[in-house]
Amino acid sequence: MYFKKEKIILVSLIATLLCLGIYFLYVYFHYIAGHPEILNNFQFWGKTILILIPIMIVVQIVVHILFSIINKILTNEEMPTITDEMDRFIELKALRISHWISPFGFFTAMATQAFGMQPWVMIVTLIATCFAGCIFSEIAKIYFYRKGI
Amino acid sequence: MATCHISNNIRTLRFFADEMTQQQLADKVGVTRQTIVAIENGKYSPTLELAFRISRVFGKPLEDVFSFDLEDDSTQNSDKKKKGNK
Repeated sequence: MYFKKEKIILVSLIATLLCLGIYFLYVYFHYIAGHPEILNNFQFWGKTILILIPIMIVVQIVVHILFSIINKILTNEEMPTITDEMDRFIELKALRISHWISPFGFFTAMATQAFGMQPWVMIVTLIATCFAGCIFSEIAKIYFYRKGI
Repeated sequence: MATCHISNNIRTLRFFADEMTQQQLADKVGVTRQTIVAIENGKYSPTLELAFRISRVFGKPLEDVFSFDLEDDSTQNSDKKKKGNK
């Protein structure tokens, strides 16, 4: 058996989704629930995202370390330390998918304002499409590793 | 529109190179074993540089390791139609 990179991508994706879900539930129940007017406060959104970024980085590092230890114990597989041309090619193709989603999110966010929706809808649309882009790019990586390019 | 298909006989060449493992070949050419597996299974077409590196490991010219087939879709479609008519 050899180490398949899609395993770490899948674990990382699950960790990202869990982290995002728990964080936004925490933010909702502690700040938004009962105070819906805070949704139109841009300072609140700025703080929410700025706090989320270091949390995500720490979670990713911890997940990588834990995964490499557990994987080594269970399967005795070494995680490759090099990034070769196929990895870079898959990375580029996945990045292109996330770059297609970003402008879609931007135009949707602008459309919400054009149709007279609340400002928080624009922010939520931008954040949601940004994370959707990241998630789709990870799913694309798993697909390319499995099916080939 | 023509479709190209790159095939290889790395598996055979590894066998004749004292049963060289995929990991040994990967280490020699500087890629991961997953990439070698993908190339052998035809899931990934290597760059020209990697193709030359692999052929150099086996001491063979590039054409002996990789082969390139160009299939014309229009020809294939007309062949299918002919078979269908029969």
